[in-house]
Amino acid sequence: MMDSTEQTRDIALEVNGRAVAEQVPVRLTLADFLRQQLGLTGTHLGCEHGVCGACTVLVDGRSARACLMLAVQADGRTVTTVEGLAPADGPLHPLQQAFHECHGLQCGFCTPGMLTTLAELLAECPRPTEDEVRVAISGNLCRCTGYQAIVDAALLAARRMAGDAEAA
Amino acid sequence: MKPPPFRYHDPDSVEEAIGLLGRLENARLLAGGQSLMPMLNMRFVLPDHLIDLARVEALRGVRLEADRARIGAMTVQRDLERDAALAERLPLVAEALRWVGHRQTRNRGTLGGSLCHLDPAAELPAVCAVLDAVVRVRGPGGERQLAFADFPLGYMTPAIEPDEMLVGVELPLWPRGHGHGFAEFARRHGDYAIALAAVQLALDASGRIARAAVAIGGVGPAPVRVQAAERALLGEAPTDAVLAAAAAACREVEAMDDVQVPGTYRRQLAGVMARRALADAVARASAQGT
Ligand code: FES
Ligand code: FES
Repeated sequence: MMDSTEQTRDIALEVNGRAVAEQVPVRLTLADFLRQQLGLTGTHLGCEHGVCGACTVLVDGRSARACLMLAVQADGRTVTTVEGLAPADGPLHPLQQAFHECHGLQCGFCTPGMLTTLAELLAECPRPTEDEVRVAISGNLCRCTGYQAIVDAALLAARRMAGDAEAA
Repeated sequence: MKPPPFRYHDPDSVEEAIGLLGRLENARLLAGGQSLMPMLNMRFVLPDHLIDLARVEALRGVRLEADRARIGAMTVQRDLERDAALAERLPLVAEALRWVGHRQTRNRGTLGGSLCHLDPAAELPAVCAVLDAVVRVRGPGGERQLAFADFPLGYMTPAIEPDEMLVGVELPLWPRGHGHGFAEFARRHGDYAIALAAVQLALDASGRIARAAVAIGGVGPAPVRVQAAERALLGEAPTDAVLAAAAAACREVEAMDDVQVPGTYRRQLAGVMARRALADAVARASAQGT
């Protein structure tokens, strides 16, 4: 799809702990870069205009919509996608484990965005209230679960990560 | 849905950005991208050049001075929301920010981007209106300042020339002990408001209203100060009747009609939101000499 007038740039960034150097068209979104150029299809694209939250990734630890960022803007940054939350061959991230146990997903389309958003929340606020969890995922649409199981999972993961004995 | 082709520029100084703006045809400034990127993805805008301000460090940050807060145009909304010193002097800002989009968009979206996009229902322009913000704009001829009241020229149209850019905002501080209120009605959390009200109040030693500012957003083409409401409050004790009279004045503002929301409904909501914001502001204000 790249014609001769398409401007490209070399970018270097860290993705899920791995150094990445690539050439990208300047108009390529970060989401398409992750999915198409790096093959990290865990980052989902629902709306591509900033409404659904499925494309949420962490940029320097802060949640961001990857459809509303250009790949060139990630130059020099650290990006974490859902694939980077837990090691490929290790145990699941506590959030993933809790989603699994609480049925926090059905089709799974919203899940990567939910997980990355909640990972940021729990890093900032280790013991969130139910309300704080609901506000944190207010920008993530789920068409399946009705959200309750997602909220339950987030609270369970929070208790475990904070080391509360009864949650183990 | 992909952005159209453009040339990308990422200057690291304001001077360089203004140079590019002056030189390039059909160029757009990219701030946090939370409004412009959707418009690019949907190809509502087709710029030949995109000038990304993300690397202009001088445009970021909050500085508190004796009588004002100086905020760089590229300060990220979430940094503003979490600025403890600002929250102590002007708590309205953080309270209103919680209504702006969602955590993910506030992590990227900027104060300046929101003001220049100037959506009539956006929270930050209403905050600037109620706080009598001073807007700093720079162009090839240097910097000029204007009162926020003169900033919206009309629907989504800021008073910025094509070769100029917003560089910062100054928010005059209110005395300690003032009260603030912010109320908004939207169909879903994070949506643009159907109507919102922002209020600042200061009481004198006898508990009467010594200073009042009331702004309504989402109702007309741009946020407005409601002087009739402010007049109804000034010098009065904040009784229910006085607050109700001020709220009634807020129902008189110019209102837009659209397919989903008739203007009469927006005006009705403006009054309700004003009443709630006023009640919060009164509850938070402490009587003191000013
Ligand atoms: S795909 Fe990015 S928010 Fe929907
Ligand atoms: S699990 Fe299907 S959209 Fe959330």
